[in-house]
Amino acid sequence: MRKIFLVMGCMALGWISGPTVESPAQGKSLSVQDIVDRSNLAAYYEGKDGRAHVNMTITDSQERTRERRFTILRRDNKDGGDQKFYVHFSRPSDVRNMVFMVWKHIGQNDDRWLYLPALDLVKRIAASDKRTSFVGSHFFYEDVSGRNPADDTHELIETTGQYYVLKNTPKNSDEVEFSHYLLWIDKTHFLPMKAEYYDKNAKQYRLVEALKVETIQSHPTVTKAKVTDLNSGGHTVSVFSKIEYDLGIQESIFTERYLRRAPRKWLK
Amino acid sequence: MKRIVLIGCLAALLWSPSESRAEDWRDGLPFNLHGFVEGGFGVRTQNDPNQHHDINYAELRLQLEASKTLESAEFKLRLDLFRDEALHEFNADLREAHVLFTPGDFVDLKIGRQVLTWGTGDLVFLNDLFPKDFQSFFIGREESYLKAPSNSVKSSFYFDFFNLDLVWNPLFNSDRFVNGERLSFFNPFLNRKVGEREELSSREPETWLKDSEIHLRAFKNVNGYELAVYGYYGFFKNPGGFNLAGEATFPRLAVYGASVRGNVLKGIGNIEVAYYDSLKNQSGTNPLISNSQFRFLAGYTQELLTDLNIGFQYYLEHRVHHDRFIANLPPGALAQDENRHTLTVRLTQLLLQQNLSLSLFTFYAPSDGDAYLRPIVSYKVSDSWSATLGANIFTGDSQNTFFGQLEDNSNVYTRVRYSY
Repeated sequence: MRKIFLVMGCMALGWISGPTVESPAQGKSLSVQDIVDRSNLAAYYEGKDGRAHVNMTITDSQERTRERRFTILRRDNKDGGDQKFYVHFSRPSDVRNMVFMVWKHIGQNDDRWLYLPALDLVKRIAASDKRTSFVGSHFFYEDVSGRNPADDTHELIETTGQYYVLKNTPKNSDEVEFSHYLLWIDKTHFLPMKAEYYDKNAKQYRLVEALKVETIQSHPTVTKAKVTDLNSGGHTVSVFSKIEYDLGIQESIFTERYLRRAPRKWLK
Repeated sequence: MKRIVLIGCLAALLWSPSESRAEDWRDGLPFNLHGFVEGGFGVRTQNDPNQHHDINYAELRLQLEASKTLESAEFKLRLDLFRDEALHEFNADLREAHVLFTPGDFVDLKIGRQVLTWGTGDLVFLNDLFPKDFQSFFIGREESYLKAPSNSVKSSFYFDFFNLDLVWNPLFNSDRFVNGERLSFFNPFLNRKVGEREELSSREPETWLKDSEIHLRAFKNVNGYELAVYGYYGFFKNPGGFNLAGEATFPRLAVYGASVRGNVLKGIGNIEVAYYDSLKNQSGTNPLISNSQFRFLAGYTQELLTDLNIGFQYYLEHRVHHDRFIANLPPGALAQDENRHTLTVRLTQLLLQQNLSLSLFTFYAPSDGDAYLRPIVSYKVSDSWSATLGANIFTGDSQNTFFGQLEDNSNVYTRVRYSY
């Protein structure tokens, strides 16, 4: 359960929305860096803040399922920059009222905390590896809170009627388990709709998909996402509900005070 | 007061309109209800001449947790009911019964029975003077039972420049320390190990208000680095002395300390210091009361590989007036070192999509020549069921050191839990 923090990864393809409108015609003149930057903002930085209820179903290779239910709060310090996340668990019963909090920093290690209610303990979490399972799901921490675009080199390998297809290669391959990944970015709203991960033998082993996009407060938003482990056949589906942007969540919510005392007003 | 809080909670739970999420068989309840049923069994790995039975942990436990959130306040009640077969009794442990509310934007109040924790150590406590339950910890109950509840008023103040926690316990709460009942220990007064036939009798401060405790913490987060200073005025939490009748006593104690914690290299580093001011023996010349101590802790933890964490701690207890301690030792009494050094290592590996956890926590005190190992394997069979297998292994060169005295209590245990 210590890895609860990985849940954040879900956010990456999850409830965070894309910026509205840019015509596909205009898009053609965009540089690769423009596409990457827009997609990053669309996937992780829509609105100044936001909230979503997340219902995660984890299915293992033998079709046994487990459930994770939590509410996530996000607040941006600035677009494309540092962010704060607050994740409050409601299921399963043994992690009820646990809280995972992250201060995400660009270019340096995040600050992460875990609150264990039975002990009233505020724990600090060491997590240099961002490609670890989030709360036992098939989502990685990085899927959700976002992989720093500067960690990869990007190449536009195809433009279809609907998508830009980017090949992303890590600058430091020792830090990650993939050799590269392909990303399908929707030309209208710039949300990443599909990601395929390839191992060092160029074999695809992992698939991340946006299964449903809805427009919420004029922000196109992924409301259902799925990660499949192609080696084991296990997969996790996340469904996002009660999504709201620009609630005016104060920065003080992301402090020890509200780790020990859940901010009910924002979790509804 | 406990009773009033309890009645308040129950009243709120029973009569306020429901706003809880509907779920399965709990549909229609006007409050949230959760908890677990757990069976646990543990046995000594060797004979203990001071105990009749080899089984020191055998129980069936039901935990009920009821909570209710209103606009103005939150109520919580958490109660354990269990059959303790090792002591042949039915028992209850009220873990929490409190109300939490915010009388002003910058103040939170939590009143009633509660579990409290602060400080930076991992299973090592310097400035956390809230009650611990070492019996539960050493026989194999789940780790959260290391913290015992206290009856407290906790006020938290949040200012721009810093935050302040003030905890007042109207009556002193001691630790649930090893007293021979279930676990044998070294009695320095008798100068030998004792068990259930010679349970430690103790004389606890027991006058409401007069024997109260105050815990203080001022804290601040500076760019992710958590800074805190602490204060405590109360009594030694476990026996800090003996009276001439051989009863354990809890002399007056004040503690002052500080800590810092934050990102260091690729992990988390922490440092904590504390001065234990033995108020009834500040000169250090009274052999019947513990001497003042300086305590120091430094720790570092890091994720070594995916799902493999490692943590190290160095912990020092330094007797301030060691020369006077030696000079005033009663004839025949065993002298202790001026410094007690302890190293701890925690290794945790998560496997099978994080459903299987293998962990080993080791305390090793080179100055005392003793050690304590806590290997634990736990598996989450499903979202509701979990199973745990573990051991508490004590070893030491002599029978009067902190872990060495517990050698005969080494045990293995298992637990199965159904959470609802």
